[in-house]
Amino acid sequence: METNLLFLIFVGALVGAASGYLGSFMVLKRMSLVGDALSHVALPGMAIALVFGVNPMLGAILALAVAVIGIWYLGEKTEVYPEALVGVFFTASLALGILVTPEPELLEALFGNLENIRLVDGLVTIAAAIITFLVMRQISKKLLLGVISEDLAKSTGIKMSQINLVYLLLVGLVVALGVKFVGTLLMGALVIVPAAAAKNLAGSIRHFVFLSSFLGVLSIILGILSARVFGIPSGPSVVLISIGFFVLSYFINKLRG
Amino acid sequence: MDENILSVSGLKVKFDNHVILDDVSFDVRRDSTLAIIGPNGAGKTILFKAILGLIPFEGKVEWAPKVRIGYVPQKLYVSNDLPLTVSEFLGFKEKNMGKVTQILDEVGLGESNTREAHRGHRLLNTRLGALSGGELQRVLIVFALLDQPNVLLFDEPTSGVDISGEETVYSLISKLKKEKDLTIIFISHELEVVYKHADTVLCLNKEKVCFGPPKDAIDKQSLAALYGEDIHFYKHHNHENSHEHGD
Repeated sequence: METNLLFLIFVGALVGAASGYLGSFMVLKRMSLVGDALSHVALPGMAIALVFGVNPMLGAILALAVAVIGIWYLGEKTEVYPEALVGVFFTASLALGILVTPEPELLEALFGNLENIRLVDGLVTIAAAIITFLVMRQISKKLLLGVISEDLAKSTGIKMSQINLVYLLLVGLVVALGVKFVGTLLMGALVIVPAAAAKNLAGSIRHFVFLSSFLGVLSIILGILSARVFGIPSGPSVVLISIGFFVLSYFINKLRG
Repeated sequence: MDENILSVSGLKVKFDNHVILDDVSFDVRRDSTLAIIGPNGAGKTILFKAILGLIPFEGKVEWAPKVRIGYVPQKLYVSNDLPLTVSEFLGFKEKNMGKVTQILDEVGLGESNTREAHRGHRLLNTRLGALSGGELQRVLIVFALLDQPNVLLFDEPTSGVDISGEETVYSLISKLKKEKDLTIIFISHELEVVYKHADTVLCLNKEKVCFGPPKDAIDKQSLAALYGEDIHFYKHHNHENSHEHGD
């Protein structure tokens, strides 16, 4: 039992770090709501996987990949960002997912359940987290330059369109992994909230990205522990702890003027 | 080596069947300074984006081989809370901070000036969004210069510049030109600086209106085609109020 908990905390910490890391760019790109809505797409994917008796994580990854390519396409090919369309599409997938998901699994899919994380899920998560960090090392500078000005980035020869797609695919991957821990309803928060908190405190990009990852890790670890201690679902406890960090960061920022 | 560094012919840009630029052709000689003028909505910035290859276009844009282009965009809205310092921004292009400070020196943001001894250092640790308009523009110039370009594309060098800047962006451009092999193409609203700093001018109003040395190319006819028949505001003299501000 103890080794199991340690393993969960270790894997969870990796998910927290990867979410915080990717989330910092999500916040800079002003795509916070997209990140949140994206997590809802995991539900129909998991539901269909459950119906067919496949690992739900696989279903989540596939559904998210499709959604990410859709978002990317809309972002690249249209002038105005179709925010309303994203809102409609994602809530629709949440509604559909709720209908299709078998009743016993529904609560778990929505809010996460630590008890059901198996070794194979953990190993996939470790591998995916490593991939995320390695790829981000390659593209983070280009991504940031694109945040400042896509034209400026492109004028230096950066293929922004490709970079954006790779980045969004990583977000989809990490969301799919985190769903096991915090559920589809709240996974978006794990991407956005630590980053929003870090932005209140950071003075430089290095500091910002590090702090965002660090707060992601802390939220998961403290969230898992308090879920165990109080016997509550892990999703709400992880998210509430990250919100606690956000509130704290807000007041620290206020105090510093 | 005095051939053209850029040759544009039959350039046409449209968005959703709306023609923005039509049949624009011109050449830019190596080491020259070309000014692009025209009213708002004339397609000046679009022309830049087309020759930079940032947007789709019809026609031909040919750069000389081995050209290195530095681009200084017109406006950059950097949010004040973006946690990105100047040194991190410039670090995207150049890891060697010695080289960065050297170029900061060149554009008048460096530490060599004793009165401003700590300015370069302070500036490097300042957030991009906290810079004044003039400082941001100079930082963008530094960013463009880090690649050692031989062509500098400069969109509206005076927009957003603070008056307290010790030297104008134009005198900086002139200085850079003297020191380096540099072709400069800039967009401007101010005819006065065109006369003073450009050796060639391209008047643009969806299509090419005039092209050539400013004194010959800018006449009553071309001004009328640019800004309308009843405008007779401009004479090439250095008296006050002689420059026109767009917007």
